Amino acid sequence: MKQKTDVLQGTLALMVLKTLDVLGPLHGYGLARRIEQISGDLLAVNQGTLYPVLLKLEQEGAIASEWGASENNRRARFYRLTREGRKQLQVETQDWEQTAAIIGRFFEAKAEDLS
Amino acid sequence: MKSLRRFLTRLFNSAARRAQEERLREEIAEHIDLQTAENLRGSLSPVEARRQAMLKFGGVEAMKQDYRAERGLLFIENLLRDVRFGFRMLRKSPGFTAVAIVTLATAIGANALVFSALNGFILRPLNVPQPESLYGLQFGEGTRGAQSYPNYLDFRDRNRSFDGLAVYHMTRVGLDTGEYPTRAWLFEVSGNYFDVLRMQPYLGRFFHSSDEHGANSAPYIVLSYAYWHSHFQEDPGVAGRTVKLNKRPYTVIGVAPPEFRGTFLLLSPDFYVPMVSFEDESALNARRGRWIFETIGHLKAGVTPVQAAADLSAIADYLQKSYPKDNGKMNVLLARAGLYGDTFGRPIRAFVLALTLLAGLILLAACANLGSLFAARAADRSREVAVRLALGASRMRILRQLFTEALLISTAGGTLGILGGAILLRRLVAWNPFPQFPTNVPLNPDGNVYAVAALLAFVSGILFGAVPVKQVLHTDPYEIVKSGSLTKPGRRITFREVLLAVQIAICAVLVTSSMVAVRGLVHSLHSDFGFEPWNVTLADTDLDMAGYAADAVPAMQRRMIESMQTIPGVNAVGLANCPPLGGCGSSRASVYSDETSDLGPSNVAASAMTYQVSPEFFVAAQTPLLAGRAFTWHEDKNAPRVAVVNETFARKVIGSAATNALGRYYKVSNGTRIQVVGIAKDGKYTSLTEEPQAAAFLPILQAPSSESFLVVRSDREPQQLAGAIRSKLRELDAGLPTFIQTWPQALDFFLFGSRIATVALGVLGVLGAILSITGIFGMAAHSVSKRLRELGIRMALGAQRKEILQAALGRALKLLAIGSAAGLLLGILASRVLASIVYQATPRDPLVLAGVVLTMGLLGLLATWIPAQRAVSIDPMILLREE
Repeated sequence: MKQKTDVLQGTLALMVLKTLDVLGPLHGYGLARRIEQISGDLLAVNQGTLYPVLLKLEQEGAIASEWGASENNRRARFYRLTREGRKQLQVETQDWEQTAAIIGRFFEAKAEDLS
Repeated sequence: MKSLRRFLTRLFNSAARRAQEERLREEIAEHIDLQTAENLRGSLSPVEARRQAMLKFGGVEAMKQDYRAERGLLFIENLLRDVRFGFRMLRKSPGFTAVAIVTLATAIGANALVFSALNGFILRPLNVPQPESLYGLQFGEGTRGAQSYPNYLDFRDRNRSFDGLAVYHMTRVGLDTGEYPTRAWLFEVSGNYFDVLRMQPYLGRFFHSSDEHGANSAPYIVLSYAYWHSHFQEDPGVAGRTVKLNKRPYTVIGVAPPEFRGTFLLLSPDFYVPMVSFEDESALNARRGRWIFETIGHLKAGVTPVQAAADLSAIADYLQKSYPKDNGKMNVLLARAGLYGDTFGRPIRAFVLALTLLAGLILLAACANLGSLFAARAADRSREVAVRLALGASRMRILRQLFTEALLISTAGGTLGILGGAILLRRLVAWNPFPQFPTNVPLNPDGNVYAVAALLAFVSGILFGAVPVKQVLHTDPYEIVKSGSLTKPGRRITFREVLLAVQIAICAVLVTSSMVAVRGLVHSLHSDFGFEPWNVTLADTDLDMAGYAADAVPAMQRRMIESMQTIPGVNAVGLANCPPLGGCGSSRASVYSDETSDLGPSNVAASAMTYQVSPEFFVAAQTPLLAGRAFTWHEDKNAPRVAVVNETFARKVIGSAATNALGRYYKVSNGTRIQVVGIAKDGKYTSLTEEPQAAAFLPILQAPSSESFLVVRSDREPQQLAGAIRSKLRELDAGLPTFIQTWPQALDFFLFGSRIATVALGVLGVLGAILSITGIFGMAAHSVSKRLRELGIRMALGAQRKEILQAALGRALKLLAIGSAAGLLLGILASRVLASIVYQATPRDPLVLAGVVLTMGLLGLLATWIPAQRAVSIDPMILLREE
């Protein structure tokens, strides 16, 4: 069970970092909407799972947060990428691409390649 | 780095929980509002829009849980929660809690005490710099450590293994600081003593080898810190003062550091003087007399003890060859410094290790008992456990809760035990059982003692907390919730029961022996000593120390007796070189029958205790004369030699019944014939448990001695009398050191063994009793809670209280009876051993037997009271409804 959370958290964290990198500071709801738009089903339910991930990233120093005004003029917590977060994003993007490439090659492999 | 930062933030977050919780709540509300607004744009009704938003957000509580787990240290928070919950649970059952804490406190206290003995005598070295390379020498086969001064000089100068060798020897002196002459204990030491020990003075300076220039040089004195504190009021200008030791002037040059209490573990000196300034030239030159107590030194770096022993043995061989008349074969061994080689070291080690073993057993027994208490408690709470499991708590979580409670108990018990142990230790250290000796009890608790005790408490907490683990792991919530606690009624004897029976038996042995010991002690205080110690005060004066010699001695003794007689309220005054059981060195002499012409060792008729006494001694001591007469003051050197002997002497040496021995003669080893003029009643001379032995009393004028105890019989209050005696003696000679105590106080020295045995047995008995009580309590409580349902049904069917009690407690009480009976029998057997320590200890005493039975009965009653109350107060209606 724990493993599953870790995987989900790991991918979610990467999405959060990338979204903030592209779109600049966003509040929780805005982030959830963007990720939902791009990823489809992942956050269609359980949007709440985003918040523990945000907290984790903040505690690691990858993102920072401060109060600001939302579009309907209420107090909302805005998250933005820190310099450290940008570095982390680069590293993790590379890692991810590498992993994806390797896994991809395995999926394309045929029986004779492995024998 | 990243994880450290996260950890610190989490730690901080755990503290600032409220603010964080508020922030999350606000964020969630905002999120749902925004989503609702979005949904409203999609033409949903407001209620439906909000519902959809919340659905989309997902389980708020589950998310919050994740969030909290992410935010703080779940472990610490849960721990705090467990601790709070544990406190509440323990407070709910104060009986259980108190019993558990007291048991553990006792066991931990006992272990702290014993460990500090182990620490003080065996682990912790002498309080000197670099103690690890300090060794004491043992010479000759076996364990002797003593050496002569010339031999020491050879060892010191010829060895290549030590950085330096020093010697010390303990002696008693009269010290005159200008006010009151007192007796004190000193170390006479070699000049290099402090340098060899690498010590620095606390005040002033130490003496060195360079101060020594043969006999009578270096008249310097270094005070111990304690003596400087008690007798010189920490006078910072003490260096340079002149004091008199045995009438000879010495200059105080310094004070030793407070933590240094001499190099002998059992006695600590008041001050230190160079040996060359204290001893006569003859003592320093005699190669034969091995009188110096111990030789010590630091090994050179890189030299092993074995190499050093070989080096010194080679010197010993050389000494044997060079001085064959004075030296025998000496094998040199290296031993731990401070305990006179193995002479004291071995028995102390054996004793302390035995104690350690015993304390360990006590702790184990305590853990076993606490374990069964905890098992009973876990069984009681099986419903609570089952409900929590059913609600989804993990078994780990429940076990952790139980362990937290165990550790709470162990922390409380450990703290209490350590505190109690520390208080006892402080009293023991301050305790001075023999006021005439400078006893050093090296039991100061230090960090090690506290650490070990705390560790033991923690480990025992884990141990007894682990007992109910299996029970919890095998709990089936479904079965328990359905049908109440499940236990198959077991009939077979469990290991725990055997253990408990053994504990009870040991407890009964200890209770029996301590009662026997107490009764014996009471008897021995009122037994027949051959004299009457009550209402007698002994004043010990050593005329030697005050500079009296030859004919001046008897004259002064006569004057002292006469001046004592002028004290109002004094009934009789006598004088002896050392009264029987007076706590002084009593002497023996070989005596021969009058017919013996060859006075060799094979013809010795008896080795008789010999006392040199004044004529009035028999009256003052109330030693009954069965026949004949006491001495007169006219029986001096010019008169024929006479003696008063006791019954055993008359029978063994003269070989006839008491009255017929009068007027007959016996011989001493130099051939002198001595006429028997009186027969005294047999008495006790060297110990209370001794068999009757021969004793002879000689007139002090015919056998002079400068050691003089004044035996003053008076009905006055001892404290006042002591003051009067002291001032009278000061009138006679202001420089005469005296030591005054009552004869019963002196007897304490001989009762010390039996006192210690009695106290030790008593303490062990109490420990045993506490353990038995918790053991029985745990078992009875367990058996009641296991069979609560059954008892309830029985009650509902009309069972009587008696039957209920029998069902609930029968097994525990049976164990108590078996254990007590076995213990009582063993105790009676053990008392034979006890009889050699405690005078007149006999178990064939109805009072003792009744006392043991009563005590064990009380123990049982006390231990089963709470469970019994619980068993009879079962309300079957409530119970059956609940289950």
